[in-house]
Amino acid sequence: MTLRLSAGLVEEIRRAGVQAYPNECCGVLAGHPGEVKEVVRLVPVTNQRTDDPHRYLIAPGDLRQVEAGLRASGLEVLGCYHSHPDHPAAPSAFDTDQAWPWYSYIIVRVDRGGAAELTSWVLNDDRSAMSPEPIDVLSEV
Amino acid sequence: MSVTVSIPTPLRPFTSGQDSIELAGDTVGQVIDGLLAAHTGLKRHLLQDDGRLRNFVSLYLNETDIRHLASTATPVRPGDVLTIVPSIAGGSPATADGKASLSHAEMLRYSRHLLLPEVGVSGQRKLKAARVLTVGAGGLGSPLSLYLAAAGVGTIGIVDFDVVDLTNLQRQIVHGTSTLGRSKLDSAEERLTDLNPNVRIERHETRLTSQNALEILGEYDIVVDGTDNFPTRYLVNDACVLLAKPNVYGSIFRFEGQASLFYAAQGPCYRCLYSEPPPPGLVPSCAEGGVLGVLPGIIGSIQALETIKWIIGAGSSLVGRLILFDALKLRFRELELRKDPACPICGTNPSIHELIDYEAFCGIGAEPAYDGPEITVEELRQEMRAKAGDLVLIDVREPHEWDIVHIEGARLIPLNQLPERLAELDGHAEIVTHCHHGARSMKALEILKGAGFGKVRSLAGGIDAWAERVEPGLARY
Repeated sequence: MTLRLSAGLVEEIRRAGVQAYPNECCGVLAGHPGEVKEVVRLVPVTNQRTDDPHRYLIAPGDLRQVEAGLRASGLEVLGCYHSHPDHPAAPSAFDTDQAWPWYSYIIVRVDRGGAAELTSWVLNDDRSAMSPEPIDVLSEV
Repeated sequence: MSVTVSIPTPLRPFTSGQDSIELAGDTVGQVIDGLLAAHTGLKRHLLQDDGRLRNFVSLYLNETDIRHLASTATPVRPGDVLTIVPSIAGGSPATADGKASLSHAEMLRYSRHLLLPEVGVSGQRKLKAARVLTVGAGGLGSPLSLYLAAAGVGTIGIVDFDVVDLTNLQRQIVHGTSTLGRSKLDSAEERLTDLNPNVRIERHETRLTSQNALEILGEYDIVVDGTDNFPTRYLVNDACVLLAKPNVYGSIFRFEGQASLFYAAQGPCYRCLYSEPPPPGLVPSCAEGGVLGVLPGIIGSIQALETIKWIIGAGSSLVGRLILFDALKLRFRELELRKDPACPICGTNPSIHELIDYEAFCGIGAEPAYDGPEITVEELRQEMRAKAGDLVLIDVREPHEWDIVHIEGARLIPLNQLPERLAELDGHAEIVTHCHHGARSMKALEILKGAGFGKVRSLAGGIDAWAERVEPGLARY
């Protein structure tokens, strides 16, 4: 599968990561499912984990609300994004352990407050690891 | 009437795309059991190994989280809607804070790092928290592991199963004369912990195989490839792509070296560069072709540099760039590498989803077997005494090898000149070919037999065996 989103949305994710630094940001990727998942909107979500700056949680209640809001616009949850402050944009063991299948997990590395690489990941069917997912970035017209 | 189970998008691939399923049951638990029985693929995503619901799976009966009711024992009535609701969680790896704080002695040891704003205390802590695997403790692994240990990388795993040999010491500077004959892991561990006792060395005294690679590599943040053969290089590449780990690549031959950083999430992998290995035997190994001792020092140091930059997040990495180094011209060149969309493992439609048989992939074992009649060094000595003039001994090595050592009475005809110089040989004479260890002389045998020479044999073990067992006064190399 491939994840498609505009350069503007990529920039929005980077900004969210920088703003939350040194904590993690998180949010929902909303759009249209298909062979290519098209992200058309980001829904920032309040990180429910306040105990540890290196964890994020989108609580089920929050996700239900987000889903209900999206349904009116004909959009679905395609996955989520979060930042790795001062760590590579690769899934941690905790990310893999907690991952849902099919969802895209965008990770942006934020180094000393500046956004670095941005990657997307999908859980393998056997839950053994997450595999990199190609990102197709649409430049703004 | 029954209960409707509402399936979230990420689980629909396991319910043939259905977004809701009608099921019977008296309790939430029974309904879920029925769901899992009908759609077995859901099980590993919803349940832990002990059969309990995973912590990121929430169930809502109508509008209420069942944790606020009676959990899975909550009774259900016909017409109820049971909704599976994801919670989404994750986070970066356990932070370096606290776990990898620096002692005063460490502050002093790393003071020249701490003075660099690009490293600083936070970079040094990242180095301490990092787990790096080096595959091989040889030419590249030596400078690499020395610099990683000196830099304060907290955990260095080393894969090697070899012992230290005298021919290693011309370039493998992590070992020494005092550790000759001991395992390379023992030898390297001793030297590295002497250099920096804060470093933890994890030993993997084994050959890296398709069976153990994912398990071993999976324990580390970054993998550095210091191997000298194609099967292992493809194995390391594929395992890194499957595990989504960065692979710091280096290779050396004679006077030339290469380095890059393969990381499929951001750029090309080794297969994007070389989709297939060269035919076996085409590219000689360092043991066959030689290597300038300082060359692995340069390439291995570049690998150490890229590893350290990656860990601390400084500068621009070698992702998407291949460095070519020519030691004789003292010239570095840089090639841009692109990700190959048709790459069989990291492309858009990968055909490789698990590790394969890399020996077979690289054609090892499939080479034409140059087997022919052999003669032992003891038999040769006897026959040389008995037949003197009737026996022709042909040395098929290179002239510079002849200069190192040769057998008295032998004639030098390098293997690549043999086909043109057959006319120099007497077709009726008994011929024995020899080389360094016995491989090239087998190829010479094939050439001679193909040209119609009947009485030809190859010296088993080559001049090395001769020097070891017949003429101990000769030099070995």
